[in-house]
Amino acid sequence: MKHDRILLAHGSGGKLSQQLVQDIFLKAFDNELLAPLNDQAVFSLAASRHAFTTDSFVVKPIFFPGGDIGKLAVCGTINDLAVGGAEPLYLSASFIIEEGTAVEDLRQVVESMARTAKDAGVPIVTGDTKVVERGKGDGIFINTAGIGVISNGHNLSPLTIRPGDAIIVSGAMGDHGITIMAHRDGLQMDVPVESDCAPLHGLVKVVLAESNGVRAMRDPTRGGLATTLNELAASGGSGMLIREDDIPIRDAVRGACEIMGFDPLYLANEGKLIAIVSPDSAQPVLAAMKSHPLGRDAAVIGKVMEAPKGKVLLETSLGVTRILDMLAGEQFPRIC
Amino acid sequence: MKYVDEFRQRDGARAIMKKILEISGRPATIMEICGTHTHAISRFGIREALPSHIRLVSGPGCPVCVTSASDVNRVIEFSRRQEEVILATFGDMMKVPGSDSSLQEERAAGADVRVVYSPLGALDIARANPGRQVIFYGVGFETTVPAIAATILMARAEGLGNYSVLAYPKLTPPAMKGLLDSGSMQIDGFLCPGHVTAIIGAEAYGFIARDYGAPCVVAGFEPLDALYGIYMLIRQLEEGRKDIEIQYSRVVTWEGNEKARRVMEQVFEVCDADWRGIRTIPMSGMKIRLEFAAFDAERRFDIGAGTGNEPAGCRCGEVLRGLIVPPECNLFGEACTPESPAGPCMVSSEGTCAAYYKYGGAVLMTGEHET
Amino acid sequence: MCLGIPGKIVQITDMTATVDVAGTRKDANLMLIDDVRVGDYVIVHAGFAIQKVNEAEAAETLRLVDELVKGMQP
Repeated sequence: MKHDRILLAHGSGGKLSQQLVQDIFLKAFDNELLAPLNDQAVFSLAASRHAFTTDSFVVKPIFFPGGDIGKLAVCGTINDLAVGGAEPLYLSASFIIEEGTAVEDLRQVVESMARTAKDAGVPIVTGDTKVVERGKGDGIFINTAGIGVISNGHNLSPLTIRPGDAIIVSGAMGDHGITIMAHRDGLQMDVPVESDCAPLHGLVKVVLAESNGVRAMRDPTRGGLATTLNELAASGGSGMLIREDDIPIRDAVRGACEIMGFDPLYLANEGKLIAIVSPDSAQPVLAAMKSHPLGRDAAVIGKVMEAPKGKVLLETSLGVTRILDMLAGEQFPRIC
Repeated sequence: MKYVDEFRQRDGARAIMKKILEISGRPATIMEICGTHTHAISRFGIREALPSHIRLVSGPGCPVCVTSASDVNRVIEFSRRQEEVILATFGDMMKVPGSDSSLQEERAAGADVRVVYSPLGALDIARANPGRQVIFYGVGFETTVPAIAATILMARAEGLGNYSVLAYPKLTPPAMKGLLDSGSMQIDGFLCPGHVTAIIGAEAYGFIARDYGAPCVVAGFEPLDALYGIYMLIRQLEEGRKDIEIQYSRVVTWEGNEKARRVMEQVFEVCDADWRGIRTIPMSGMKIRLEFAAFDAERRFDIGAGTGNEPAGCRCGEVLRGLIVPPECNLFGEACTPESPAGPCMVSSEGTCAAYYKYGGAVLMTGEHET
Repeated sequence: MCLGIPGKIVQITDMTATVDVAGTRKDANLMLIDDVRVGDYVIVHAGFAIQKVNEAEAAETLRLVDELVKGMQP
C-alpha cells in the first residue's frame, strides 16, 4: 500500500482498489475460496437444513479493551448462526470506509478479523469494499453475513418453550456494553473489565451434545439480557420470572453502572448466551457450560411461567417482583 | 459495593416493612419529593409493598420534569438555529419533548448536541474546541447547582472565553412551600431528598414543621434508607410529632455543606422561577449574577422567548403536584410512552410516569407478608 | 435529582480525587468539599464530591435496622 490514508479511489474498482484488496484483505483472510477473487465463492453444503444470517457493525470506538469492530463483526455473525444450532461454515465481509481513514487502522481491524476467523475455523470467503466521502461515514462500517448447516437434529425455536423450563445464562452480564460506554467521549471511567467478545459455536456444541432438552438459545446483544428475554417471551408466548440475585454481574460493572445510572440488564453482551432448557436438562446443561472456558460463570437465573404471557418478571434483591421491560430508546447516563 | 450493598439486604427490608405494618393505624399521604426517590421506590417495588392506607405520592423533584414548557422549547429552538454552538447537556435532557421536537431530534437533524455526565465535561469540550462556543445546558436542584457554579469559577480562572451556561436551577424548600401554600392536597409528611439536604442542611426544612405542621424525614436512596425513612414518618404521625428527622445521617447533617453553598451563592442569586404545572413560585429558582455575565448564555446569546404550551392532554403538572398518579392520565401508556413521550414525566429517567411505566407496578412481595 | 454514589478515594492530585466504586474508578472534583484524604468515602454527584460518608453514622443506621431484624425473630 502506497498511501497511509484511504482515498475515494480505493473504492472505485480500479488499480487502487486492487491494491487494497491484495495488500490488506487477501493477505489477511488468505483462503482458497477467496483466492480466485471471483464475484462469488462457490462451495457445496452437506446437510439439508441451512442457516443464513447477516449483521452490520458500526461500533464506536472501533478499538476497545477486549476487541475491535472487526472481531465483533466475525463473532457476532458466528454467534447468530450458533444460537440457532447451526455449525458456522463461511462468512462474507463488506466494508464501507470513510475517505481519510488511516490504512493502519483498517489493517489492524482486518488482521483482527482474520485471527478471529482462523481461531474459530470459519473463513471469510467473499467480500466487498466501498469508500464514501469524508464526513459521509463514521470511519469504518462492516457488514458480515454467514452461512451454516444444521445437521444434529436439534429444532431450536422459541415456539418450543414451555412453562417450567429453566433459563440459563453462560456468564456475567454487561461486560461489553460497559466497556464501550467507558470509552466514549465525555464518560471516561476506568473500568477493569473488557469486552467479552467471543465466538460461541464451541460452547453451543458442548451444550447440544449434552442434552436434547434445549428449547432455544439467543445471545443478548443490543438491549441486553432484559430485551432479549422479552423477545423470547414474546415469540414463545409464555411468561418468565428471573431472580436478580442469581444473575452474574461483575462487581466493577455494578460499580460503573451505579456511577453512571445505567442498568446492567440492558447493556450489550458479545460473548454470552441465554439458553432455555427443559427442567431435567438444567443441571446437565449448566455443568456442560461450566466445563467450557466461555461458560465458567454460567448460572440458572429463572424459569418460564404460564403467565403473564409475553412478559418478563424480575424478583428484585429485596424480594419484590416487578416487570422487567425491554429497552426503550437509548441508555443515557443519568444525573438524577 | 460498600455503603450500598448493606443497605439493600432483604432481611432488613422485611423487618422494616413488618414494623411499619405493626405501628401504622391511620391513613397517611406521604410525598416523596425527589425524583431519585421515585426511581428507587419504583425499582425496588416499595410503593406496592406498603399497606394500602399509606399513600406515597411523587412531588416536583425531577428537575427535568419541572422545567417549564417554554424553557424547554426555547433551548430546542435555539439549538436548531445555531450552527456554531456546541450544546452540552445531561442525558436526562435529550429526550424531553418540546412542543414539536427534542434535543435528540435536533441532533439527528444536524445540531451539535452532546451528552455529558458532568458540567466538567462541557468545560473539556470548550477547552478542546477554542474556535467554537460551548454552552452547558443544565437543570438541577441544590445538589447540582454548586457543581455548575464551580465550572463557571473554573472558566473564569482559566480565562476561557467560549464557555457559558444556560441553567434553570430550582430550589427545594420553596417548592415544598409553594405546594403547601397551594393547598391543593393533603400531605401528611415529606420524605426529603438525601443529597439535596447534604448540601442545604436539614435545618432548611424547619419552617415546614413549624409553620405547616408537616413532619419531614431526610432519607437516603437505598431501599433500607427509603423504607426506614417512611417508618420514621409513620412513627411521627402515630406519635403526633411534627419534627425534622435525619435518616440518612451518614451523609446529611443539620448544617449541610457550607462550602458548596458558598460556591453556589458566589455565582448564582435567588429569583422567581416558573415550574411546570405550578406556574411561578417566588424565590424558588436561581440565576447567574451580573458579575458573571460573561458566562451567562442568556445574556450572551439571543435564546428567544419560546412558546409555552404544554402538549394537549398532558397532565404532567398534576402528576408533579401529586394530585394524580400516572395511570390516571389518559395519555399514559397509549399516546405517551417512553419511545414517544408527550411530556417530560415520561421521558426523564426519574420522571414519575417513566418510573410507573418501566417498573409496571410490583406484583407481589415474596415471603411472609400481608399486602 | 440526586444520583450520587459512595466511592473510596484512592488518590488525590490537586483538586481531583480518583474514586473507586467496586473496582471502577472515576475522577471527582474536590472544589465543593474540605478536608478529605485518601481512604475516605465520598458521595460523587455529576463529577464532584459533595459530602464525606460518616462511617460511624453508617454503622448506627445499620444497627437500628438490625434491631428491627432481631425483633422479628421468634
